[in-house]
Amino acid sequence: MRRLKSIGAFWYDFVVGDDWRVAAAVVAALVLTAVLVHAAGVNAWWLLPVAVFAALGWSLRRAIRS
Amino acid sequence: MTALPLILTVFVACAVEAVEALTIVLAAGLTREWRSTFQGMAVALAVLAAIVAVLGPMITLLPLTALRLVVGALLAVFGLQWLRKAILRATGYKSLHDEASAYRREVAAAKAAGASSRGRVRDWYAFTLSFKGVLLEGLEVVFIVITFGASQHNVGAAVIGAAAAVLVVAGTGIAVRAPLARVPENAMKFAVGVMLTSFGIFWGAEGAGVSWPGQDAALLGLVPAVALAALGYTVLLRRPRPARPAAVPASRQVTSS
Repeated sequence: MRRLKSIGAFWYDFVVGDDWRVAAAVVAALVLTAVLVHAAGVNAWWLLPVAVFAALGWSLRRAIRS
Repeated sequence: MTALPLILTVFVACAVEAVEALTIVLAAGLTREWRSTFQGMAVALAVLAAIVAVLGPMITLLPLTALRLVVGALLAVFGLQWLRKAILRATGYKSLHDEASAYRREVAAAKAAGASSRGRVRDWYAFTLSFKGVLLEGLEVVFIVITFGASQHNVGAAVIGAAAAVLVVAGTGIAVRAPLARVPENAMKFAVGVMLTSFGIFWGAEGAGVSWPGQDAALLGLVPAVALAALGYTVLLRRPRPARPAAVPASRQVTSS
């Protein structure tokens, strides 16, 4: 069980890294993009870049203030 | 889209990780024993090659839309990690990775460790140090090779980029027999972060159903846009640095490797 936990912790750190909020923002932006494209018919190509730039700035600001 | 951006991105990413692995291998080999060090390195490289050989073809079996959505999300998250660290280092909020001091730490630990042999391995410490170093640094490269290569249905080109980087770094390391402390690691990580994030955004959005204006040519705007945003944050957040980067107060440094 402990080994499983450490493997899980390794992969979490490997993929998600220091700030899980960045990963959450990327996933949320992708979900919103898919909803806009498929449900509302909006070609929201601009949404993910804007979300990524904002998430990066937010994460950097948090890192510097912490 | 040509394979050149794929090969170059994988080459630079792999070169950065290979420089870090070289530091550990040199510390193990020069301080302990070369045969066990090479055994550890060979086993780690075999494990990494097996991961690519198994996962590479498997991931390309996924439908293209699902593949691009998953890979795009992973690459964007992974690329943002690299960019975030590179920006924090460039602005002085995180100390720069120093191969010379990393080498000194590994050498001190290697000298202090006791000797023991297991099976055909004469020096177990040298074997495990080399194995872990190469495997852990190599996993990031494998991740990039598989995701980047699979999305372009060209894992072979990604492997070529990675292999070329390993050969160049290993050759240089053998020639100078010292850690490659002068390699501009942070600038290279910044560039790789920009490429991974840009391709992650491109493929992720495509996977979500978006049609990019100009199709593949949109990348010609996306890559500079990500680079400009990252450079903009670097300029905005930069603070006056003391004479030596290592002198950044520990209380103001962001933790993690």
